[in-house]
Amino acid sequence: MYQFVLRRLLSGVLLLFVITTVAYLLLYAGGGDIARRIVGPTASDAQVALKASQLGLDRPLVVQYWDWLTGALTGDLGRSWFNGQLVSAGVSSRLSVTLSLVLGATIIAAVVSVVVAVWAAVRRGWVDRVVQFVGVLGFAIPGFLIALGLVSLFALNLKWFKATGYVPITTSFGGWAATVTLPIVALSIGCIAAVVQQIRGSLIDALRQDYVRTLRARGLSFNRVVYKHVLRNAGGPALAVLAVQFIGLLGGAVIVEQIFALPGLGQITVAATGQGDIPVVMGVVVATAAIVVIVNLVIDLAQGWLNPKVRLS
Amino acid sequence: MIESPPPMPAGAAKVSLFRRLLTHPTGVVSMVLLVLVALASVLAPLLATHDPNTASVQQVLAKAGSEHILGADSAGRDVFSRLLFAGQFSLAGALVALAVALILGVTAGLAAGYYGGWFDSVSSWLTGLMMALPGMVVLLAARAVVGPSMWLSMMIFGVLLSPAFFRLVYASVTAVRNELYVDAARVSGLSDVRIIGRHILTVVRAPVIIQSAMVLGIAIAIQAGLEFLGLGDRNIPTWGSMLNDGFINIFKSPTLVLWPALIIGLVCIALTLLANAMRDELERSRGPVKKSHKAAAAEAAADAEGAAEKRGAAAVVHADEPNEDAGEILLEVTDLGVGYDQPDGSTTHVVNHVNLTVRRGEVHGLVGESGSGKTQTAFSILRLLPQGGRITGGSIFFEGQDLAQLSEKEMTKVRGKRIAYIPQEPMSNLDSAFTIGSQLMEPMRVCLGISKAEARKRALSLLAKVGIPNPERTFDAYPHQISGGMAQRVLIAGAVSCEPDLLIADEPTTALDVTVQAEVLNLLRELQDELNMGVILVTHNFGVVADLCDRVTVMQTGRVVETGPVRSIFNHAQHPYTRQLLGAILEDTAPRGQYTLKELKGVAS
Repeated sequence: MYQFVLRRLLSGVLLLFVITTVAYLLLYAGGGDIARRIVGPTASDAQVALKASQLGLDRPLVVQYWDWLTGALTGDLGRSWFNGQLVSAGVSSRLSVTLSLVLGATIIAAVVSVVVAVWAAVRRGWVDRVVQFVGVLGFAIPGFLIALGLVSLFALNLKWFKATGYVPITTSFGGWAATVTLPIVALSIGCIAAVVQQIRGSLIDALRQDYVRTLRARGLSFNRVVYKHVLRNAGGPALAVLAVQFIGLLGGAVIVEQIFALPGLGQITVAATGQGDIPVVMGVVVATAAIVVIVNLVIDLAQGWLNPKVRLS
Repeated sequence: MIESPPPMPAGAAKVSLFRRLLTHPTGVVSMVLLVLVALASVLAPLLATHDPNTASVQQVLAKAGSEHILGADSAGRDVFSRLLFAGQFSLAGALVALAVALILGVTAGLAAGYYGGWFDSVSSWLTGLMMALPGMVVLLAARAVVGPSMWLSMMIFGVLLSPAFFRLVYASVTAVRNELYVDAARVSGLSDVRIIGRHILTVVRAPVIIQSAMVLGIAIAIQAGLEFLGLGDRNIPTWGSMLNDGFINIFKSPTLVLWPALIIGLVCIALTLLANAMRDELERSRGPVKKSHKAAAAEAAADAEGAAEKRGAAAVVHADEPNEDAGEILLEVTDLGVGYDQPDGSTTHVVNHVNLTVRRGEVHGLVGESGSGKTQTAFSILRLLPQGGRITGGSIFFEGQDLAQLSEKEMTKVRGKRIAYIPQEPMSNLDSAFTIGSQLMEPMRVCLGISKAEARKRALSLLAKVGIPNPERTFDAYPHQISGGMAQRVLIAGAVSCEPDLLIADEPTTALDVTVQAEVLNLLRELQDELNMGVILVTHNFGVVADLCDRVTVMQTGRVVETGPVRSIFNHAQHPYTRQLLGAILEDTAPRGQYTLKELKGVAS
């Protein structure tokens, strides 16, 4: 078991290293062009060169990267080119907002998907057909359109929720819940649609397995067999889809944060992207990649727990 | 991000997908809608009433009317004309992404799948890397460097989408690479390029088309998202930038956001539904090749009915031997019918008018070829028929209760404790996610209401009793860590764990090695003796019957053809089918094990 965890951990760290290296090289390869974009097209070549040397862009790429990497290992991701703020501080202060949304949406999606999928897979018939059709719609409609719909219906017309703004959970739980509910719902719908399809499919497969009949023949009730045995066996593929969906949610959160004016990672990303504030963009990439690696690790461990074959081989 | 459709067999793509889509309701509607949107975009210069980029201060946020059909936006530009022209750019952007993804993904997938080797592992690794970050974040990062060009963004997104095609093509190619016809082509001297073109592309074509529809939808959505964030090119109209403008002015002019949202939503839905419709049609065309269990059973039953009707013969019943000490009657099945509901509302009968009596302490063989209804009869006694199956008539009296009439809740109390079951295939009948021990303990705790420690003690002694050499180790093992013979012993231990009155064993030795078969049969006989159970032994093997059974019932095509004491059946088989089975068994099983032949002779003489 320790070996399994260690192996996953190492491959996660390797992935993080590769992603950040590739991202750094691609982002900074522009060199002089980056400086030109910042000072504007009318600036003289001398001004561009000055800017480049101010930002350290005139050094060889490898040197710049080494500098960045050694800093990053100690938690220093550099400073924003535009407001001088520490990138690590800017990113981490917004992380909680994005994680609230994405984790909230993932948990809701997991719970709702299991309930709906069991319902569809066990009842079949019209229930199943309705679930599948709604699932296709939920999967097809882009998440930000759903978010727009929710804003105009519940916040602007019915005024049940505040349309914009964020209250930290540490300030007031009620306030936090009121500000994140709509965004979480908007994010989770597409996720639910995808995960339900997967769980439904694996449940139907698992229900056909011989051991289901045998366990029932031993006197266990149908529900007990479904919730304890079938669901656990269907859980592996479902977790894999949930992991993929989670990555998608991190992307979806960018737009949803914009719609609901939430001060999350998406907000600084959009601002930094518009300005060409590359250190901040790089910081966001590092944070996102780290989250993805951690989530994949957690999912891998959960897979090992669910399936002894994974754990023991 | 995208789930891959399953690889299709060769030939599925040959049938005209387009023509079949025309008969699929959602397929037609989606196609018509997409064609209309595409036409409207292409013909935008003819259809538009205004120049899409001409701003007008007087017309800012003008209401819909004769001047502007759908009103004007925050710069006074005509919304209708902008929607049309935006279609050109939005669709073209999505097509660019699709083209890049197709070229990269399909080429790499073909090469990696066909040649394998280092190319294989490198591209799989790159694929994993590209899927590790959310596409939106990558696009935003890229936007920070390359600036607000929609075309560049969409090309980058195409690269990010290429794994969707890579994985699909890769899976299909590795599946067909070693097919005989590809080998044959290689042997006959065709070049790799021609083999890929002729034999492999045809296999991946259909799933790639389906995937393309999905990918187009995703590209349109992400492009709209990027523009919606205000990070797109300000000089060209797109649906996403119109959405942005509408959202900013949502208080002043609520309908402005509606039109682009509607069209993006509709196009995305239409593409997904089209992909699903294509998948449906392809799967439907595969249908006849892979017949479902149910369909096969139904067909066998339909034949059965016909044949039985023609014969119209009642079962041959042999009289009990006078000196036999008959135990109390444990189970009495009368006139049992089992049927499967078909999608068209009819019912296919697989078991008809079956009578069966089992006494305490008796081993009753239920014999017949596959499809004779013997397993269906056994499952209906347990009330565990596969989905769609139900008892259509008759009664199953078990110690005074009609099992056919019991509620599911009452039936749950009968199963395990009173009637137990030993399955045919040992491995698939254990849940691979739980240890052997926990699978033994759980039913005991539920049925007998005993403590965990007590259950553990009983489970260990049961494992020892069924002849497992190291019970402690097997108790802690997972099913994949033990052999098939061991697994069958575990299942037998589980079946007798609550000391049932009736044991139903469904071909308990068929899946085992010959040497293990004899041991398992011996074990069954010992347990039956010890617990004085009634046993229904479902088998197609008269050797096993001779070895173990007191009475035997022969079934053919859903009906009982002959029943009686085993000695009487072996000596005076009357029904031609029984004779046929007996004849076959003498030739068949002789080499399987000496014991069978010896005992068979003993019985037959």
